[in-house]
Amino acid sequence: MLMFTLRRFLQLIPVFFGATLLVYFLVFATPGDPIAALSGGKPMAPAVEAALRAQYNLDQPFWVQYGLYLKNLVTLNLGQTFSGQEVSAVIARAYPVTARLAIMALAFETVFGVLFGVIAGLRKGKLFDSTVLVASLVVIAIPTFVLGFVLQLVVGVQLGWAKPTVSGSAPWNELILPAVVLGLVSLAYVIRLTRASISENMNADYVRTATAKGLSRRRVVVVHILRNSLIPVITFLGADLGALMGGAIVTEGIFNVPGIGNLLYKAILTGESATVVAVVSILVVVFVVANLVVDLLYAVLDPRIRYV
Amino acid sequence: MRFTRTYKALGVAAVLALSLSACGGGSSNDSTDGSNAGGDTTKVITANTTEPGNGLLPANTNEVGGGRVMDLIFSGLVSYDADGAIVNELAESIETKDSQNYTIKLKSGETFSDGSAITAASFVDAWNFGAAAKNAQLNSYFFESIKGYDKVSAEGSTEDKMEGLKVVDDTTFTVELAQPESDFQLRLGYTAFYPLPATAYDNTKSFGENPVGNGPYKLAADGWKHEISITLVPNEKYNGPRKAKNGGVTFKIFNNMDSAYTEVQSNNLDILDQVPPSGLQNFKTDFDGRNVNQPYAGNATMTIPSYLPEFQGEAGQMRRQAISMAIDRQQIIDKIFYGNKKVAADFTSPVLDGYNASLPGADVLKFDAAKAKAMWEKADAISPWPAGKVFTISSNIDGAGNKEYITAMANQISTNLGIKAELNPIATFKEMRALVNSKKLTGASRAGWQADYPSLYNFLGPLYGTGAGSNDGNYSNPAFDAKLKEGLSATSVEAGNKLFNESQEILLKDLPVVPLWYQAVQGVWSENVNTVPFGWNGVPLYYEVTAK
Amino acid sequence: MSENLSNKNEPSNLGSKSLRLGKTSTRVIEHYVAPLEETPLAAVDKVEEGGAPLSLWAEAWRNLRKQPLFIISALLIVLVVVVAIFPQWFASVSPTSCTLNDSAEGPRPGHPLGFTLQGCDVYARMIHGTRASLTVGIFTTIGVLIIGGIMGALAGYYGGWLDNILARLTDVFFALPLILGAIIINQLPLFRDNKSVWTVVIALVTFGWPQIARITRGAVIENRSSDYVTASKALGLSPFGALVKHVLPNSLAPIIVVASISLGTFIVAEATLSFLGLGLPPGVMSWGNDISDAQPQVRNNPAVLLWPAAALSVTVLSFIMLGDALRDALDPKARKR
Repeated sequence: MLMFTLRRFLQLIPVFFGATLLVYFLVFATPGDPIAALSGGKPMAPAVEAALRAQYNLDQPFWVQYGLYLKNLVTLNLGQTFSGQEVSAVIARAYPVTARLAIMALAFETVFGVLFGVIAGLRKGKLFDSTVLVASLVVIAIPTFVLGFVLQLVVGVQLGWAKPTVSGSAPWNELILPAVVLGLVSLAYVIRLTRASISENMNADYVRTATAKGLSRRRVVVVHILRNSLIPVITFLGADLGALMGGAIVTEGIFNVPGIGNLLYKAILTGESATVVAVVSILVVVFVVANLVVDLLYAVLDPRIRYV
Repeated sequence: MRFTRTYKALGVAAVLALSLSACGGGSSNDSTDGSNAGGDTTKVITANTTEPGNGLLPANTNEVGGGRVMDLIFSGLVSYDADGAIVNELAESIETKDSQNYTIKLKSGETFSDGSAITAASFVDAWNFGAAAKNAQLNSYFFESIKGYDKVSAEGSTEDKMEGLKVVDDTTFTVELAQPESDFQLRLGYTAFYPLPATAYDNTKSFGENPVGNGPYKLAADGWKHEISITLVPNEKYNGPRKAKNGGVTFKIFNNMDSAYTEVQSNNLDILDQVPPSGLQNFKTDFDGRNVNQPYAGNATMTIPSYLPEFQGEAGQMRRQAISMAIDRQQIIDKIFYGNKKVAADFTSPVLDGYNASLPGADVLKFDAAKAKAMWEKADAISPWPAGKVFTISSNIDGAGNKEYITAMANQISTNLGIKAELNPIATFKEMRALVNSKKLTGASRAGWQADYPSLYNFLGPLYGTGAGSNDGNYSNPAFDAKLKEGLSATSVEAGNKLFNESQEILLKDLPVVPLWYQAVQGVWSENVNTVPFGWNGVPLYYEVTAK
Repeated sequence: MSENLSNKNEPSNLGSKSLRLGKTSTRVIEHYVAPLEETPLAAVDKVEEGGAPLSLWAEAWRNLRKQPLFIISALLIVLVVVVAIFPQWFASVSPTSCTLNDSAEGPRPGHPLGFTLQGCDVYARMIHGTRASLTVGIFTTIGVLIIGGIMGALAGYYGGWLDNILARLTDVFFALPLILGAIIINQLPLFRDNKSVWTVVIALVTFGWPQIARITRGAVIENRSSDYVTASKALGLSPFGALVKHVLPNSLAPIIVVASISLGTFIVAEATLSFLGLGLPPGVMSWGNDISDAQPQVRNNPAVLLWPAAALSVTVLSFIMLGDALRDALDPKARKR
């Protein structure tokens, strides 16, 4: 297993270079002129424009630009944003906030998703099951930017249960509402996945055996059914952790969370390659690691699966 | 230096009249009356802003997020009062006989917040720094009227002293312009013209993070927390007309105005200067007695580039007029903006000195479906509109609120002219600018102007002069250029304004852009503060705000 | 677990492993065994000797058509599809002749659901928006199922270097931001000048397949070591044959669940793309577009938002129910007799 893990980490190297190249190229290929946008539609002196283009290597062909980026990367210099800040500093500021939000959202969807999913799966077709289904539909059909906005208005302003937006330091308690909003759609997935697995495994032979052995229903459900039902859920959550760590443009916007989502969104729109490449590269690492953890969990959940 | 204020409330909403009277009827020198009197002047107030686009250097700040901070931590030769009239700050006097050579005398004894003296060199060096190509400052074009700008701004130039700027003594310097410009002194309150202390040039990058200024406020220690907040505290060394009436201003950075709106509703944020589209319908009831809706020096237009083949010559002129008359501006304002704007009657803004609401020829901006249709058919008789051709209106839609009105406008044009018109959404601002700059638009485009300084010329010269920096539609009319030049050479601002308005009559015939409406600021404030006055440019006068 | 490291998990030696690792109890218990005639087993296990062997799918279909859940959902889907193809049968008012005079007006005769901010008929737009939304939902789902399904199945089943390459590719695609990709796709010469609903489908498929790939891979890994796979191989089925005939059908449950929900989220994602100018061209109506356009008025005129959202919900609901029914029908353990 150690070898298995080590090999995974070694794979990161080619993946990382491939990803930076791809992303750098994609940003390069987006239409428009980042420098022209910096002037905000007002005039700009030609010399100033030329100087700015040179500063961000935008006057160079793609391979030179990318080469210069890699050269800087070796010295751990991630480049600068168009506002002249170090990308590394910007990311170091935003990432902890996003990570906190992502972990809370993941915890929320895991706990409630599995709980509701198990109950719905055990009582298939009953009132609870149907209620959960309808609630899931609402979450799926109404986009986050509407749902978040309404929740903010109701919970934050009218009821006053929470601060409508998150303050600069983004403490845990203020992130509860954003985390719930962020996790809602994934919650629907986790519930449905758990429910499907549970109801499938309820009829499995080993469950009948366990019940016949006289085990308590609780033990049968938790130890036997649940453990064997978790693989799809774990798979989903693993991928979702990555997605959440990529920052949530909409949710962060609504609750004014100074996280990575907004940073990435603005950087894409303005064509700030250095920021986009750095954020996406970190994200690739997160996905690879999350995937590794999921694969290791497979082996824990199902002894038939093993890695070399 | 004397201005007659021709602009009165202009019969806008009653709200406007009220809010203006609340801030003391004009000059901020004597605005100690009104509802702000008796407020708590020690509490810190909070307000929304966006993350400044650059380090806080005068000549490098060209957007509102940084601009509003700069205007509080710096002061220039003059500043603008609530109505946009200029008031002396550091200038003792600004004199000129020919609108080309200016002698500027400074008040003596003034200092930056670090105690260093403000001298003539503080200005001259700062302006030279801003103009020089090697420093790549975004606002460098603001110095283009100063003699010698062309040399310092040439690509690769190492020259960094404009010959038009001369220090006479510690408190006097002279400015020679390349040509007469009657509104030069109006510009001097703009961010680009602020002075810098000598220490700024040691490391401009770190200075931009932690600027030392001379305004009514100064940046608190570690005051700028990127993407989170900017904290300002009163600057005790400031002696000008904009003395702080509160214990400081903390700007909270918001990327989404919906969220800022809810924060003011819950009294966590004191001032919001931009009600989001979702609040336009409700802000007057949500913030009963705590809101303002007043015009500022900005407008919205639609550019119809002169290089489009269908808009050439006489037929093109008729088509532009037809399109202008086919737009029911009032209806769009009522339905899409809930009445929170005012129909345009010229190319400038009613906030400005010299504004004329009834220019000859302004009828072309009035909605008249029948006349529009007739005019369109007349144009078709000269050169027919290509069959199946769609009239597109390009706009970047990454900023909120553009999509709705352009869709509505396109619907009106379709209905009233019998052609197909639609929004052409452009994903990013940078793509939009690239299309505009490379003159590759295939239809009309959303445009607008927000004044840098309160002057009619600022709405005309940079936008419609032949070859001007923001002349996106490639408009060129020698008669218009001549009129502008005549206006600039006038020896008084009043005489200049008259000529500028005459130049607008030419524009009303040619319609290089179709004026739509004047922008208005919708602001709200929390229960923690007294009435918030807003300035000519739509920015709150933060220094006037007192806590309850 | 380290002692197991040396055992390569080739499917062939899994049969004996699973015995040792104990899914089946090895305890010997004395049982009372009822005579066959005392139990209903004979009836249950009776085999029609003359009948043709039923394939998994044929059997599933036989089960499916008796299920009320299936019948209801199928009828709903047929209805939605008919609306998508022939919207004019359902709405006589034009959805595009809008006038600001009607802006945000309430319902009145001929216009049962009122008007949008632009003065368009809400009902007509809901009906006419079906086509684009359904196209995006269904074809994106099909696209991600094909690409993600194949990638995930191959990666999970064969493992080794193939898994490593495919899984890393998945990681990279997961990490790419949808907006960035959509900007690029919109810029491709093929799409630049003729934006259509297919632009959206391609953008969403390009960035949606990793999820299905992951889920499929997980499910296939779970099932590839099952006894029945070993058994089928022992009976001479090729490894690939075992994947197609046994592993995949048994891995369908989570795939169906994720796909049926994704169908809804794709329809909503179209709204996000259109909102950013990267989606449908302005003339094309969709539920997602109408939902996002209605957001600023949600406080004063929520109906405009709720109707397209309701249409979307019904569609998603019918696909979720269909998925549920399909899953039950395919699951031999859940079969009722």
